[in-house]
Amino acid sequence: MIYLTNARLIDPEALTETHGSILIDGGVIAAIDGDAPEGAEVIDCGGKYLAPGIVDLGVQVGEPGARHKESVRSAGLAAAAGGVTTIIARPDTDPALDTPEMLEFVTRRARDASPVRIRHMAALTKGREGREMTEIGFLLDAGAVAFTDGDHVCTHTKVLNRAFTYARSLGALVIGHPQEPGLSKGAAVTKGKFASLRGLPDVHPMAERMGFDRDMALVEMTGVRYHADQITCARTLPALERAKANGLDVTAGISIHHLTLNEMDVGDYRTFFKVTPPLRSEDDRVAMIDAVAAGTIDIICSMHTPQDEESKRLPFEDAASGAVGLETLLPAAMRLYHAGGLTLPQLFRAMSLNPAKRLGLPQGRLAEGAPADLVLFDPDAPFVLDRFALRSKSKNTPFDGQRMEGRVLATFVAGMRVFDAGL
Amino acid sequence: MSFRARHLLGIEHLAPDAITEILDLAERYVDFNRRTVKQSDALAGMTQINMFFENSTRTQASFELAGKRLGADVMNMAMAQSSVKKGETLIDTALTLNAMHPDLLVVRHGASGAVNLLAEKVNCAVLNAGDGRHEHPTQALLDALTIRRAKGRIQRLTVAICGDIQHSRVARSNLLLLGKMENRVRLIGPPTLMPSGVAEFGCEVFDDMKAGLQGADVVMMLRLQKERMDGGFIPSEREYFHRYGLDAEKLSHAKEDAIVMHPGPMNRGVEIDGTIADDINRSVIQEQVEMGVAVRMACMDLLARNLRAERGAKASEVME
Repeated sequence: MIYLTNARLIDPEALTETHGSILIDGGVIAAIDGDAPEGAEVIDCGGKYLAPGIVDLGVQVGEPGARHKESVRSAGLAAAAGGVTTIIARPDTDPALDTPEMLEFVTRRARDASPVRIRHMAALTKGREGREMTEIGFLLDAGAVAFTDGDHVCTHTKVLNRAFTYARSLGALVIGHPQEPGLSKGAAVTKGKFASLRGLPDVHPMAERMGFDRDMALVEMTGVRYHADQITCARTLPALERAKANGLDVTAGISIHHLTLNEMDVGDYRTFFKVTPPLRSEDDRVAMIDAVAAGTIDIICSMHTPQDEESKRLPFEDAASGAVGLETLLPAAMRLYHAGGLTLPQLFRAMSLNPAKRLGLPQGRLAEGAPADLVLFDPDAPFVLDRFALRSKSKNTPFDGQRMEGRVLATFVAGMRVFDAGL
Repeated sequence: MSFRARHLLGIEHLAPDAITEILDLAERYVDFNRRTVKQSDALAGMTQINMFFENSTRTQASFELAGKRLGADVMNMAMAQSSVKKGETLIDTALTLNAMHPDLLVVRHGASGAVNLLAEKVNCAVLNAGDGRHEHPTQALLDALTIRRAKGRIQRLTVAICGDIQHSRVARSNLLLLGKMENRVRLIGPPTLMPSGVAEFGCEVFDDMKAGLQGADVVMMLRLQKERMDGGFIPSEREYFHRYGLDAEKLSHAKEDAIVMHPGPMNRGVEIDGTIADDINRSVIQEQVEMGVAVRMACMDLLARNLRAERGAKASEVME
């Protein structure tokens, strides 16, 4: 039994922030604002903030295929240090996670090696190649929480239509990457003045809306449950609002990088700022923060994509895309809180509650009976980020050397302390 | 001295007085180059390596000649056929060469920003001889010198840049330089070859050649690459020449004394009519080639001075 007292409790369901205590017993939240029972370990939180642990939807773990970039162990440690209590792993491994046997294997690896929970998404089509659907039923039985081909956009709409129809019959959630690949192929930055100045291959933001519109047509045809991995442009928002208003079972996410950085951050070809989709304009960034506040965009994730040094030390257009984010998601999110764009309950609604709800997981709530997956943090603690201090095997963060505010003090998974900054 | 940078990577970070300084020095090298004996010792004892990851005959020859006339030991490396093909990364190539202690690296590369990346990893001065669609600073400087000599100034002129703006590093560097020197810049080309957001650079954009050339002092034509001619960006070569090729009729909309420029190599009958290119009263294309050597000598001379000053400062620090 652990009794956490003198804490600011963030409840993302009620969107409240109250002073109180939490009793953890048997891996779940046994009581809120009760008294300390006899024999409980009492932790004085010193007035710091306690929130449901982050459920990070869309993390690339390098197993199998790229363990040198990120192992299950290193991802788990990074997550624990970042207040992420559930990793939702992407199937864009090598080979792609597309069979129940592989899913069983990685599930076992996760249980053995990771201090935090790891749930897996499976590929929607075999090899993420967009030709044949995977064994969606078996994969669901083996524990897949969603189906996605990651950033491989299936251009074969007949295949996609059948996969969506089949997934619908099983109630499976599919996750799309809204992008018209014909327009975005080879693009390294978003179309505009900056792209022209740097002479880099670019893509118009409209490519995102075209991809989203196509997916919405398929969702309307099939009735499948659909989540857009990242909506990053203001131009896509009206289409998203319309889809939701029309009663389609649709949600949308965004990476923390698209909420805290813009295209200009690329500066003189800094490849750590190369992500997929590319960073957008400042206008887009601001519109996306408003969309998260309004609930139009449901989920904030890290889009954790480890890349080794070699793949980033190349000319910008040849360099690999992606940034690590498990450890920086929370501090970066605090930028939005300090800038006044989003409240702490709103942030944890988007980082913890909504992803858990969407995937049908019991996490993400601060309620009696809910799993005791918690993060204790100080939103005001300042530090300068040193990428070599990250626990991830890969150090490709765009926040290197930047001033951040917000540190994780302790992380609990099923009532166990998996990270402790030395409270 | 106004130009104090270690490298010359682009026009973007050059101040107007640095540009003027380079042009003034280049002017002196123009006279120098017209002598029978043209040998300076400005770069004596220094090693210059030309690394061309993209094939080029003209630019490489110009840099080679510039270096030799300044007394440098010049080495040409045709990177397109070298170890790069064996999988060596750009940075490893740079570090390998750096270990040979060159003083000046002249680099051309097909990827935008590649020269910036390389410059971060070496101890010598790096001169960008063209990177992807990003910048080609010496071309813009030689164009500026050509204009200044023909027009008597490089301010308050109306300059029309015509053709494939999108894929052109020459256009970008010229746009930046002419803007810094307070000229009026017009970009003319089919919309499929016009980069996005260029109007925000403070220039006017036209897709009609005659309208764009109206009252221009300088007409700068760009090369249209063969692979862009068929269907992808424009319908055909002949339709392009009809709408955007410079001929006497279209040129008649510019000022009577407007000069015609082209960075070469030309596609006669595609972007420029042969008779215009050869018209000694209008075309300054040969002059551009001459200015190229002088401008490159000026740039390398200044970079060498900066390098010596920097190394001198370091040495005296060690002494102390």
